[in-house]
Amino acid sequence: MTFDLINCLYVFVLAGFIGFEVIRRVSPLLHTPLMSLTNALDAIVVVAAIIIAGRHDSTLSTVLGAVAVAAAFSNMVGGFLITDRMLRMFKLSKAKKQ
Amino acid sequence: MSHILQQQLIDVAYIVAVTLFVLALKWLSSPATAKHGVLAGEFGAALAVTATLCDYQIIEYKWVIVALAVGAIVGIPLGLVPMTAVPQRTALSHAFGALAAAMIGIAEYYVRIPHLTKFEMTEIALEVIIGSLTFTGSLIAAGKLQELLPQRPITYRGQNFVSLSVLGAAILIALWLMFHPESSHLFPAMVGVSLVFGVMLVTPIGGADMPTVISLLNSYAGLSAALLGFVLNNKVLVVAGALDGSSGFILSVIMCKAMNRSFTNVMFGAFGQVQVSAAAAKEERPVHIATAEEAASILAAANTVVIVPGYGMAVAQAQHKVRELFDALTKKGIDVKFGIHPVAGRMPGHMNVLLGEADIPYDRLFDMDSINPEFPQTDVALVIGANDVTNPAAKTDQGSPIYGMPILEVDKARTVMVIKRSLNPGFAGIDNPLYYEDKTLMLFGDAKGFVGDIVRELAGVGH
Repeated sequence: MTFDLINCLYVFVLAGFIGFEVIRRVSPLLHTPLMSLTNALDAIVVVAAIIIAGRHDSTLSTVLGAVAVAAAFSNMVGGFLITDRMLRMFKLSKAKKQ
Repeated sequence: MSHILQQQLIDVAYIVAVTLFVLALKWLSSPATAKHGVLAGEFGAALAVTATLCDYQIIEYKWVIVALAVGAIVGIPLGLVPMTAVPQRTALSHAFGALAAAMIGIAEYYVRIPHLTKFEMTEIALEVIIGSLTFTGSLIAAGKLQELLPQRPITYRGQNFVSLSVLGAAILIALWLMFHPESSHLFPAMVGVSLVFGVMLVTPIGGADMPTVISLLNSYAGLSAALLGFVLNNKVLVVAGALDGSSGFILSVIMCKAMNRSFTNVMFGAFGQVQVSAAAAKEERPVHIATAEEAASILAAANTVVIVPGYGMAVAQAQHKVRELFDALTKKGIDVKFGIHPVAGRMPGHMNVLLGEADIPYDRLFDMDSINPEFPQTDVALVIGANDVTNPAAKTDQGSPIYGMPILEVDKARTVMVIKRSLNPGFAGIDNPLYYEDKTLMLFGDAKGFVGDIVRELAGVGH
């Protein structure tokens, strides 16, 4: 068990650093799409929810799992959709395009 | 296929997904590559979900399918909201994300009670506490942004003490559970207390502090997902949560710096209600008032114009009229730029999205650090619905509550025009000396209507 914990801590610390370095470089122009995109990525908890809802341990866990699947999946769908819509709105001026 | 092989294939799919997630954020560094970023993210997420659906542990698909369908039905309209509603949508999605994480943590607790170790119990308790408080906190934030709840800070005497005691209670129960994981009657109490704390955490925070609060809740939502990854030993959750958490954290730091305030001050300071009396006591000073006609002729004579939009522009839904103004001035050969303060709007980057929606090209949008050196060469700075972010007192008046806050230095422009409903002070109730300067012209009226009038006058000028 503690071995798993250490493993996860490694991954967490390294991913945190990667996140910090990558996100620091995101243009301030795109901070709103950044938030909606990370939201959609965070909705990957849906994979854990799917297992819980499908594993059928007990009625309680199936219900909680199904609620979690719906909540997380709505974030995933909505998050990608709105990020895509926002990014389509960012256009260069005509002079710059030529 | 053996279970071990299947598990390994799922793990490979997860690693590919995680790589795509990092690339997605990397490509967000510039608007030119950002679209690839979304695609990479979508592909990664689809891959991870598909792989999970093949997991041998799933014995009953009925509820999974129903829940996915419900998620899609709720998610699609939430992806189609107008850009003005993006802050509340974002807060709501933090709530959903945290709800999902909390629900899974709760389910895991009840499944594992008979053989929970101290470590597992600590992880679950921490995860469920953070998930629960982020859920209710984000709902309150969404309510405030949607104006279902009052935007002003709601405070009472001894509030911080009460709030922290509630959080303390949640932690005490968690500690007890750590040593006695089988006390399952206490678990719902811990969840309940954490839910209450989330409400208490956000109610005292005012509307103008929402950019910081949303970023902070973003960070918490990421943290709860990462912790869930610890509970389930699922690395894709740890990575996605760490990315989301660091993103929220970086944005909160940027927002705090842009207001020259600390986290503690935003969370426990209850800004924006104390200074009103001080401002009201000020004597009436004369201001220069101009009409749309006068404003239009000054703009038409300018070579360089910087427009400074604030939340007031979004409230008045004036962004499309502003675009017409931009077009009219650009057509006359005038160089028009937009200067955007980091905390303009109700969430980080909100103003850029609103202007983007109104078809204003993004190479005309400049952040504070790149536009400030240009103000001395600017003929006209036109402030639309922004107040405190242009207040020169932030640099000169040590007694001002916003002293030290970085501002857009519009007072350095040759002429300043301010479109404003009235002389009422902004959210913090702070008087703005900019309005009384000789070079400042006040354009009193509704932002949308007034900009429309200027555009009409500009069309007439030169006939």
